[in-house]
Amino acid sequence: MNTLLDIKGLTVAMAGLGRPILDEVSLAVHDGEAVALVGESGSGKSVTARTALGLFPGGATVSGSVVVGGTEVVAAGPGDLRRVRTSVASMIFQDPRAGVNPVRRIGDFLTEPLRRIQGRSKAEATAQALELLGAVGMPDPPRHLRQFPHELSGGMLQRVMIAYALTADPRLLLCDEPTTALDVTTQAEIMAILGRLRRDRGLGILLITHDLDLAASVCDRVYVMYAGRIMEAAPSAALTSVPRHPYTRGLLGSAPPLTGPMPRLAPIPGAPLGLAEAVSGCPFAARCAHVVPGLCDATTPTLERHGDSQVACLRAAELIDETQGEGLR
Amino acid sequence: MWLRRVGAMALTLLVTSFLVFSSLYLAPGDPVAFLVKGRSPSPDQLAAIRHEYGFDKPFPVRYWDWLTGMLHGDFGQSYQLHASVASVIGSRLPSTLLLVGLSTVLIVVFGVGLGIFGALRKGKGVVVLVTVGAAVPSFTAAIVLRSVFGVRLGWFPTVGTGSGFGDELHHMVLPAVALTITFMALVTRVTRASMLEELGREHVEVVTSRGLSRSTVIRRHVLRNALGPVVTVSGLLISGLLVSTAIVESAFGMNGVGSLLVTSVDHMDFPVVQAIVLLVVATFVVVNTVVDLVYPLIDPRVRAA
Repeated sequence: MNTLLDIKGLTVAMAGLGRPILDEVSLAVHDGEAVALVGESGSGKSVTARTALGLFPGGATVSGSVVVGGTEVVAAGPGDLRRVRTSVASMIFQDPRAGVNPVRRIGDFLTEPLRRIQGRSKAEATAQALELLGAVGMPDPPRHLRQFPHELSGGMLQRVMIAYALTADPRLLLCDEPTTALDVTTQAEIMAILGRLRRDRGLGILLITHDLDLAASVCDRVYVMYAGRIMEAAPSAALTSVPRHPYTRGLLGSAPPLTGPMPRLAPIPGAPLGLAEAVSGCPFAARCAHVVPGLCDATTPTLERHGDSQVACLRAAELIDETQGEGLR
Repeated sequence: MWLRRVGAMALTLLVTSFLVFSSLYLAPGDPVAFLVKGRSPSPDQLAAIRHEYGFDKPFPVRYWDWLTGMLHGDFGQSYQLHASVASVIGSRLPSTLLLVGLSTVLIVVFGVGLGIFGALRKGKGVVVLVTVGAAVPSFTAAIVLRSVFGVRLGWFPTVGTGSGFGDELHHMVLPAVALTITFMALVTRVTRASMLEELGREHVEVVTSRGLSRSTVIRRHVLRNALGPVVTVSGLLISGLLVSTAIVESAFGMNGVGSLLVTSVDHMDFPVVQAIVLLVVATFVVVNTVVDLVYPLIDPRVRAA
């Protein structure tokens, strides 16, 4: 299987911070595969996705490797970056209202890369923009080309953003919380469009979200991230049936179930680790119910294979027996 | 829409004309004292002068005469120069307009240009330059420019208006620079701040991540979006240029509308002062109306409102 995105040991650090923004992150997306990257705000999931396009935080020290469609983008020159951005991967952003230039018409926005990058004529670019707007389910493409962003709803604008990403005819679509800024019915429509595009075009998708249930239901594999580190990586079914990391279990336990009686929700105590806070040992130790003083705060866990999953927890083996004994989810 | 704007413009001018006319009559001193130039005329002669110039009529009548006269193109007679105000101002207007025009070009080209440069460069050089520039009053700049580029280097004439377009333009360079240093600095500052704000926007990251070249992104998404505040501030500054010519034209011994305003105030030549002040206000109103009309083209979101 062809690997579209291969991140290995990626560390992104910035002077003046207590911990790296990303710490030894490894992640892969294969051709046609949908992979989710889940975590709380500030966990580094958006930063990770942006590295695939060579967008690193200004002034950051970067080590490790990010290979996109066979091209290394860490310390890549403008030519390589341009190749990746214009023909391999493109990104859908969280807030379409902020992501579309407010003073230009939708038609200008969509045809600009087609004309300036793909070198299409004006007529060809317009025809392709119409086709893409149809493909993302816009009701009246010719009219939308003449409209300004403020004349469209958030859901419609997110479709425009998807169409924009597709102008590159990419093999990898990076979706950075594409539904967070939208209302619930629109969220479902956007996810349906992404699912259809994935099938029709054989796209690889990296979905960034904080919604573990959504991630598990639409993606093949899920990475769970915390404080700049991957805590657990597993096939979706394995992750929801046998969550192995205490953090993953905490995430699942703090969201209400969609069916059945409403149990008492168990939020994870404490707050996510700030960028200014230094870490020793496991970054989740301070909030973990299973923490062993002297062990968890001294040794940094690395990803180890347990069953179908990879887990970065020093007590993973014991905890699996414990949870199965208790019959928890 | 258009009709309302033109109506508002006319109303503004009417109100200002009243303020201008009445404020000068509240000013201390009596134009008759200037007209008799220190001689001691008899009360009869004084009454005759007052009658000749219409000073004996009640205030509303004088205002009405002045207003209706202007509508027919008659701005009255200059006390000082014994000629019609229209011809006195008309003969000085071309050189002042050339100065204002050249200054406008300098403000837009160098102000905006330096602002873009300052936004794209990391260094603080432009910020320092702008802070210094904004703090230099035009009369100080005039003295320094004349001594360095006029006297020491001899590149530009230091006094007068010149004859023929090329020569006039040559004479205008130093005055225009003196006039615009502060304004250029302000436009640079606004352009730089507006560009930096746009550079940090997510839509700029979107087009960058799509692989558009940096120059395209800067031109079509950063500069284009940053234009709003730049146009507003430039409009305000450019409409204020006419007033500022008073200082610079006096400093460079130029025979323009600005220096005319200064001498007319000195000599209590009320008709000339009134006409010039009204001209200044009219420029303000017209330029700002133009800016208002241009704004929706820059930002389509304004159209809906």
